[in-house]
Amino acid sequence: MTELLIRNGFVYDPINKIDGEKMDIAVKNGKIVEKIEGKRVKKINASGMMVMPGGVDIHSHIAGAKVNLGRLLRPEDHYKDVEPRTSKTRSGVGYSIPSTFTTGYRYAKMGWTMVMDPAMPPLKARHTHEELNDTPIIDKATYPLLGDSWIVLETLSEGRIDECAAYVAWELNATKGYAIKLVNPGGLEAWGFGRNVSNIDDTVPNFNITPREIVRGLCKVNQLLHLPHTIHVHTNNLGKPGNYENTLKTMQCVEGLNHNNRPLIHITHCQFSAFAGNDWRTFESAADKIANYINAHNHVTLDMGQVVFSDTTTMTADGPFQFILYQLSGNKWINGDVETETSSGIVPFHYKRSSYVHATQWSIGLELALLIKDPWKILLTTDHPNAGPFIAYPKIISWLMSRKAREKMMKRINKKARSKSLLPTIDREYTPYEIAIATRAGQAKALGLKDKGHLGVGADADIAIYDLNPEKTDLNANPRLIRRAFKHAAYTIKDGQIVVKGGEVVKSISGRTFWVNVEAEKALVETRILKEKFAEYYTVQYENYLVPEHNLAVSAPIQVHAEV
Amino acid sequence: MQKMKVTLLSGRTINQGTGKEHGKTSQEYYESVAICEVDTNDLDALGIKDGANIKVSTEFGSIIVKAKESIRGPHPGIIYMPYGPWINAVANPTTHSTGMPSFKGIHAEIEPATSAERVLPLHELLKQAFGKE
Amino acid sequence: MPIVKNVTCPICGTFCDDIELTVKKNKVVDVKNACAMGEAKFLNYSDPHHRNLNPLIRRNGTLVETSWTEAIKKSAKILAEASYPLLYGWSSTCCEAISAGIELAEEIGGVIDNTSSVCHGPSILSIQDVGISTCTLGQIRHRADLIIYWGSDPYSAHPRHLERYTAFTEGRFQPSEWKRYVSRLRGVIGKKKLERASQLALMEEFSVPPITGNQFPPTLETEKERKLIVIDARRTHSAEFADYFVQVEPNKDYELLQAMRMLVKNEELEVEKVAGVPVGVLEKIVDVMIGCKFGVLFFGVGLTMSSGKLRNIDAALALTRDLNFATKFVIMPMRGHFNVTGANMVSIWQTGYPFSVDFSQGFPFYNPGETSAVDILSRDESDAALVIASDPVANFPRVAAQNLVKNPLIVIDPEKSATALMADVVLPSTFVGIEAEGIAYRMDGVPLPLKRVVKPPKGLLSDEEILRRILREVRKLKRSQRRSNA
Repeated sequence: MTELLIRNGFVYDPINKIDGEKMDIAVKNGKIVEKIEGKRVKKINASGMMVMPGGVDIHSHIAGAKVNLGRLLRPEDHYKDVEPRTSKTRSGVGYSIPSTFTTGYRYAKMGWTMVMDPAMPPLKARHTHEELNDTPIIDKATYPLLGDSWIVLETLSEGRIDECAAYVAWELNATKGYAIKLVNPGGLEAWGFGRNVSNIDDTVPNFNITPREIVRGLCKVNQLLHLPHTIHVHTNNLGKPGNYENTLKTMQCVEGLNHNNRPLIHITHCQFSAFAGNDWRTFESAADKIANYINAHNHVTLDMGQVVFSDTTTMTADGPFQFILYQLSGNKWINGDVETETSSGIVPFHYKRSSYVHATQWSIGLELALLIKDPWKILLTTDHPNAGPFIAYPKIISWLMSRKAREKMMKRINKKARSKSLLPTIDREYTPYEIAIATRAGQAKALGLKDKGHLGVGADADIAIYDLNPEKTDLNANPRLIRRAFKHAAYTIKDGQIVVKGGEVVKSISGRTFWVNVEAEKALVETRILKEKFAEYYTVQYENYLVPEHNLAVSAPIQVHAEV
Repeated sequence: MQKMKVTLLSGRTINQGTGKEHGKTSQEYYESVAICEVDTNDLDALGIKDGANIKVSTEFGSIIVKAKESIRGPHPGIIYMPYGPWINAVANPTTHSTGMPSFKGIHAEIEPATSAERVLPLHELLKQAFGKE
Repeated sequence: MPIVKNVTCPICGTFCDDIELTVKKNKVVDVKNACAMGEAKFLNYSDPHHRNLNPLIRRNGTLVETSWTEAIKKSAKILAEASYPLLYGWSSTCCEAISAGIELAEEIGGVIDNTSSVCHGPSILSIQDVGISTCTLGQIRHRADLIIYWGSDPYSAHPRHLERYTAFTEGRFQPSEWKRYVSRLRGVIGKKKLERASQLALMEEFSVPPITGNQFPPTLETEKERKLIVIDARRTHSAEFADYFVQVEPNKDYELLQAMRMLVKNEELEVEKVAGVPVGVLEKIVDVMIGCKFGVLFFGVGLTMSSGKLRNIDAALALTRDLNFATKFVIMPMRGHFNVTGANMVSIWQTGYPFSVDFSQGFPFYNPGETSAVDILSRDESDAALVIASDPVANFPRVAAQNLVKNPLIVIDPEKSATALMADVVLPSTFVGIEAEGIAYRMDGVPLPLKRVVKPPKGLLSDEEILRRILREVRKLKRSQRRSNA
């Protein structure tokens, strides 16, 4: 194994409270070590550069059935952005939904080393894993969609919380999943017959349960199972004016379950759930209302879902929402419902600066990130590719770090949106330390990944080095330099190996796939009940539903002991 | 000799599906694929008996196969051949820039085969078409 | 005797996964749950008369036995020296082999195309234009109260589709239609016993007149339970199962589909008949479609191969999309081979495109009509080919097959296919799903495992292993070429 010494960089390691201190980082056998000596040690001169843990992305649609249908739908997206093969890398295509090889390389080139795919239909889990296997360099994990699963709805509506927990434990194991994902809970089951739920207290058709009960139930299940991440929630009414009230209710509904002041719920791509107004004409930002709540509570984490002005491809498990988006845009539309479990939809979309709604959405994401005081509570994402492709992260970092960059964009957006935006009233500019929280440390912490997101001894040696000198450069005044540095990492180190140098891939390796292996006492009993239900509910055999560990190219199970 | 203008469709049949699983060189495959289903009245009009040889011609070629009385009539003017090398001697290769040839709805003519014309087994058909064996 | 359960059936896109095989002395001796095709395959695949059991190479015009080493070297040489090689087939092998094939195509700068280009290729082109409202088959089993097959004869091509996923299956919200069909059958054939009628219904040579023309059942519009409608240019066995059969004139599907779209949008049709179907009947059918709770349209190559091709599918996709403003409606192509969907899937995630991918520029490029197998062959552009898990000599139009055979041709196949008989190198492989493992995708995109239930004959390699060996040899050749150039 390579032994590395990264010398004299400005180190940003928020988990270990290191803020730009000039120091060396030593690497051996893929891990961070105290120190290292000897002739075989490869030295990297990082003086004048920033050294951070490898980037972590808590929510990015990079793999699986829906992403692939998105790729299928959009040859026009690929023609304009191609990657020829090199001696080190496979060929591929972009733009908003890159092919798998290209996805891995592009993340690595920006210094990101771990990405979570947030929406795996359990029935198609094998597909997600096949794509993750073909996504090089980065580590991965994926969240099974469980909020509309019939067995979850049935056990929760009958108050059988332990059985629900045993079932969820079984699903995580069967699908090699990492966290409990809820998308428009209850709404997707309703969408099976072309309907939806209208708010958190609406009853799900054919099932005697409300979204509130699903969210609370799965939150309790999450606690019983001791999962590393919280429940990961895409709210009801996403993308609709006035939805912020429902979002607040969703966060409030689990408040009482808190007993150790730790996060209980992650509201993902919050920008899409922070809309005020009654219709698209009166639509406006509710970022301040969400931020006020978050600033007063500690049981919620968020990610941004920041809009970038670009052509992109929207894709979520929220089938009814995607149908609305099809009606709004008139663009081509894919719908893909999955029996007994979930749904999905895809619509190409162009966010335009000249549109009042789109420009306001752009503003909402940044308002959330700047008004929420604690950077550990709001993480940087674009909900790739929904609000924009992940390659826009350097641009978003520059908006967060530089008021000047924001002002420049403000001049070019829709006039009405500009006049209503809260951004001109906000002076805050993220420091490099805060950026390190929003893009790696905070993400790893929210995910409960102990060996990621920091550079302490024993951590995985996933490291990004950016050619940006915080002593010599006035960062706030030079957003272009920020963008350039984060677009092409000077070095990306993955598991102690140099994979990117000067923004180019110099070595391609296979990343690991993390999943949670829950040991639950009741799981065996449940499996028997499940086998009986299975034939009734599914069109595949029980045995063929299970994803065996050998289907994962590099399996990295995390052992968890449950209370059930 | 009497000829009749017809529309040629091709596709899968359960016998073709089973025949191919016995092996492409098997008798089962040959018997299930080197055939042409014709409407009963059309066969009568041409004086062709069920199981006799029939000649199918299109602008792309012609082929001798066994005539089979269709049990799912009446469909005057429509003939049906299962997928396989025999139909492809007469199929329309035009793709209209889609990649897909026209395997269905081909203009064709049918007539009784002469006594000298026989249904070629697979290896003879390949030899005749490609000069290899 | 050991019984292997939950075996997936490596034949059609229905991809049943409940097959039970009895294995005796490394041979399948009994098959349960499979259709006639499945049974024929599991019981006959090992017949040595129809199998390639040794690598073969053509010498002086004749195929003769050779060693693996020579066969692989020869294959690599053919591919490495070709300027525009074509790699075709893929739909009847596992995803792992397809993945190796894409890597090989990239390495040699060739074109990789799968059989969808001559099957549902037009459907895919159309999805790229219009989108698609679809779902997995279980949604239909549980929810669909209206099932339509158009240009598709599931009885013949996907024999268990009706019983496993659609009209004749029990769902959570919809019961099976089987009893209604059998009671009608009893009425027609005068058989008293239900059991006897059921058996008859499933026999190939058994035929009853379908309900068609002016016999449109008045109850169909009010019926709450599952309804089955079949639309086709000819009367098929499946048409006889239907509550109503619509016979469309050949090559007129497009007119009929667009007329239905007009009716869905409340436009008047000022003609008496469209494509041979009386407008009065058409209006009733459309009312059934609008009035259902969950409708599905399955379409077969009857739509993709006839006049209009992808434009027929445009109309069908748009029709089902429009119906979602009134109710829930989905549509699904009846994919033929058991892993044609997987061939598309792997190709999409690795290259961005589902088939007809050209690597001659060093990156993936896609333009069916230009980069599709039949077009490349008809224009005589490729100068070598590798064919795997398909039989283009049997299934391509004559001119395309002739140009394929005239250039160096490598075939990877367990069977003596027509293409294998015409090849210059034959690489005998194992039967995936019987003798080798892998992953394949059902027609609705559900991935399932292919099982290894018996040991393969000695000396045979899996598709993936053969491709990996060719790839290694090609790289070796290219390295030595670079060295000698330098």
